[in-house]
Amino acid sequence: MTPSPAWARALRALTLLAIDPEGLRGLTLRARAGPVRQAFDAALAHLPGPARRIHPDLSDTQLFGGADIAATLSAGRLIRSAGLAETPARLVLTMAERTPPALAARLAQLLDQSQKHTLVLFDEGIDAEESAPQTLCERLALHVTLDDIRHDAAPALMPAAADLEEARARLPNIQHSPEDIAKLTALAASFGIDSLRAPWLALRAARALAALAAHAQVTQDDLREAAELVYPARATQLPQEPEPEQPDATPEPEEQRQSETPDIPDELLIAAVAALLPPALLDQLTQRGATRRAAGSGAGARRKAHQRGRPLPARPGAPDGRGRIDLIATLRAAAPWQPLRRSTRPDKPGVIIHAADIHLKRYEDRADRLVIFAVDASGSSALARLAETKGAVELLLAEAYSRRDQVALIAFRGMGADLILPPTRALVQAKRRLGGLPGGGGTPLAAALGAALTLAQQSQAHGLSPTLALLTDARANITLDGRGDRAEAAKDTTTMARLWRAQNLPAIVIDISARPGPEPAQLAAEMNARHLPLPRADARRISTAVTSALGG
Amino acid sequence: MTAAFPFSAIVGQDDMKRAMILTAIEPGLGGVLVFGDRGTGKSTAVRALAALLPPIRMVEGSPINAERPEDTPDWSTAPLGEMVERPTPVVDLPLGVTEDRVTGALDIERALTLGEKAFQPGLLARANRGYLYIDEVNLLEDHIVDLLLDVAQSGENVVEREGLSIRHAARFVLVGSGNPEEGELRPQLLDRFGLSVEVRSPQNIEERIEVIRRRDAYERDTDAFMATWQAEDALIRDRILAARSALRTVQSPDDVLRDCATLCIAIGADGLRGELTLLRAARALAAYEGDDAVTRAHLRQVAPLALSHRLRRDPLDEAGSAARIARAMTEVWG
Repeated sequence: MTPSPAWARALRALTLLAIDPEGLRGLTLRARAGPVRQAFDAALAHLPGPARRIHPDLSDTQLFGGADIAATLSAGRLIRSAGLAETPARLVLTMAERTPPALAARLAQLLDQSQKHTLVLFDEGIDAEESAPQTLCERLALHVTLDDIRHDAAPALMPAAADLEEARARLPNIQHSPEDIAKLTALAASFGIDSLRAPWLALRAARALAALAAHAQVTQDDLREAAELVYPARATQLPQEPEPEQPDATPEPEEQRQSETPDIPDELLIAAVAALLPPALLDQLTQRGATRRAAGSGAGARRKAHQRGRPLPARPGAPDGRGRIDLIATLRAAAPWQPLRRSTRPDKPGVIIHAADIHLKRYEDRADRLVIFAVDASGSSALARLAETKGAVELLLAEAYSRRDQVALIAFRGMGADLILPPTRALVQAKRRLGGLPGGGGTPLAAALGAALTLAQQSQAHGLSPTLALLTDARANITLDGRGDRAEAAKDTTTMARLWRAQNLPAIVIDISARPGPEPAQLAAEMNARHLPLPRADARRISTAVTSALGG
Repeated sequence: MTAAFPFSAIVGQDDMKRAMILTAIEPGLGGVLVFGDRGTGKSTAVRALAALLPPIRMVEGSPINAERPEDTPDWSTAPLGEMVERPTPVVDLPLGVTEDRVTGALDIERALTLGEKAFQPGLLARANRGYLYIDEVNLLEDHIVDLLLDVAQSGENVVEREGLSIRHAARFVLVGSGNPEEGELRPQLLDRFGLSVEVRSPQNIEERIEVIRRRDAYERDTDAFMATWQAEDALIRDRILAARSALRTVQSPDDVLRDCATLCIAIGADGLRGELTLLRAARALAAYEGDDAVTRAHLRQVAPLALSHRLRRDPLDEAGSAARIARAMTEVWG
């Protein structure tokens, strides 16, 4: 059975990493667990140096070293344990998609400061939003995807250890020309890769390839293959024909660029990289900036906290710098053993505490969720569906009440949006305000989004997790400054929707238009929100749909 | 650890480099905030700055890098030595750091092994008289931010916990960097930074190629590369030292003060911190460039740095804040 192209590419990446671990820094592997990933995992053994497996819950003590509590207590003097950072190693981070930003930042710092460490990320994320932290992926040269490979198409075909050794020895003497740098840089720019690490890493990859093939100099083929290995996962755009047709780019720098760099970007190189671009590139573009942290604190979700919140029973554990020692619980655990321990160590004064006695404080923190309802009470929707909408909101309110969520109500009609109910848990008040909501007038959608945004930011500052339920037909016809201009209003709405998206907060757009139209779906896409057409159905169905859409 | 990439070898990014030099001349400016895309050399610049800064004189063994033996706090148990020259401390404040590590706390190890109540100084003590660098500052947890704000404001770290009552000097220059895509910074913290810089990847291909070329030269033969650039670095260091001593004598005429005020009113900056920072930064720049008095030309150069993060947010103005400042300057001063 011949190896599949994706597998061959993965092994190629691994070979390069084995040749130049210090320059390429590491590799991101995106694959679900399975036999193919296992085969790749086994092939990792070809990399030089010791390997350490780490996981996203790694503590500071394990990473940077700290007091070894057990040894310290038994010896009666301070004994430090070395952290992973102190000995150069290949760190294999499993379940990388669950890495909290704090650990990502520390690992990034470690990579920046110590040339000897390499990092391999095992990213098991399912959807595009769930991925390893960009701070880390950015620093690692290689990116490998192993989905849809049959097990028998994945033979372990790594070069012999002696060959790798020779290539490693050749590496420092590989020459490259200044044009190579220019080509790789221009190519990165044409794929919209802003970071300057990318061309730099590609250059290192090209040199490793040349070393492997025993070239004295980096060849065109080496460049092409390096670009194929390093660029596809970073690309944010497809190369455009350099014609000054783009309306937003001023033509001057465009021309300047062409005159300064005559024969690049290279068609051949572009074609090679473009062939390897993930098919859903454009989908990813919209999401790349908005990678939700998979291990984040969900809306109103419970989370274990080390510092604040409702106290939970203390648990035994080693102080790792995050939790705090619960003195009472520790003493209580040690108390029954004192006579026994005293008999073995009569000379030791005071309470004899063993490492196993130490208890840590734990808290349960719980972020309150705030559901902001923005209700379109304009003429266009009022005539058709306002009554239905009110019914739906009332049901949602009841739901919110049972989950102890806070609710806020924004109504928009006529010239602007009003916050008719600031965040509250008072359901009755919300119902009353909603009941008295008059309908009619224009649709100032942009103003409504602005009001929701302000409220969301304020509530975030108060430690709430805001979510937005926007009930509208999305036919905006009032601008932000209150003029009736449909084109201008649509533009304002788009701007505000993008601002909302930038906040990366969950939202749902409920389409309450009388006739189906494309606007609500477009609005939802701009806001990175879910779109839910409100069918002519009972309000209860909407309520369940909203609850599930908002992650309840 | 290998030698840091030399400061003067950083291609372009003139605003960022200028802002960092200004804080080195005038620590009272209140630090720099560097916001920008990934891979634009933010951390490289900060680490390079550490190597560039002139050394400080301190008492050996002092946990807070004290200048005189009598400044060392009484809780310090380490033996004090002679006066020594040390590189200016640049302390990294990692994300997810605990309060204990920042402020210092009860030394658990000594408490457990020796039964002593001792204070273990934290990062704030180490950063005294130096720099505190926060990467990904916008992702820092709120309670740490509150704590930093308080200390940065008062210049003193007060610890009241676990039966300890400790205070020590903590004067440092805050340097923050972050990627705006990942979250906004709280306005209170934003205001505490004296200068702010927005960095982007160079858009000019030639410039980008030069970056890669220099990086390549640095990695291939670090020693030769350092030898080439260290002279440049030394030049900047000498200019910083000269500017520090000249800073007191730089004049700021009344019409310059008036210029500061009119500009700040025109852009609607809250409070008077804007004017003060603008003036101080301009004075530091004048000292750096060897001029006797602050002029409007100096103001023009530093205004985007000192004011761009003090603007009211205007969601509909597509132009960046630096562009708005430039517009205001043209309107006010012509």
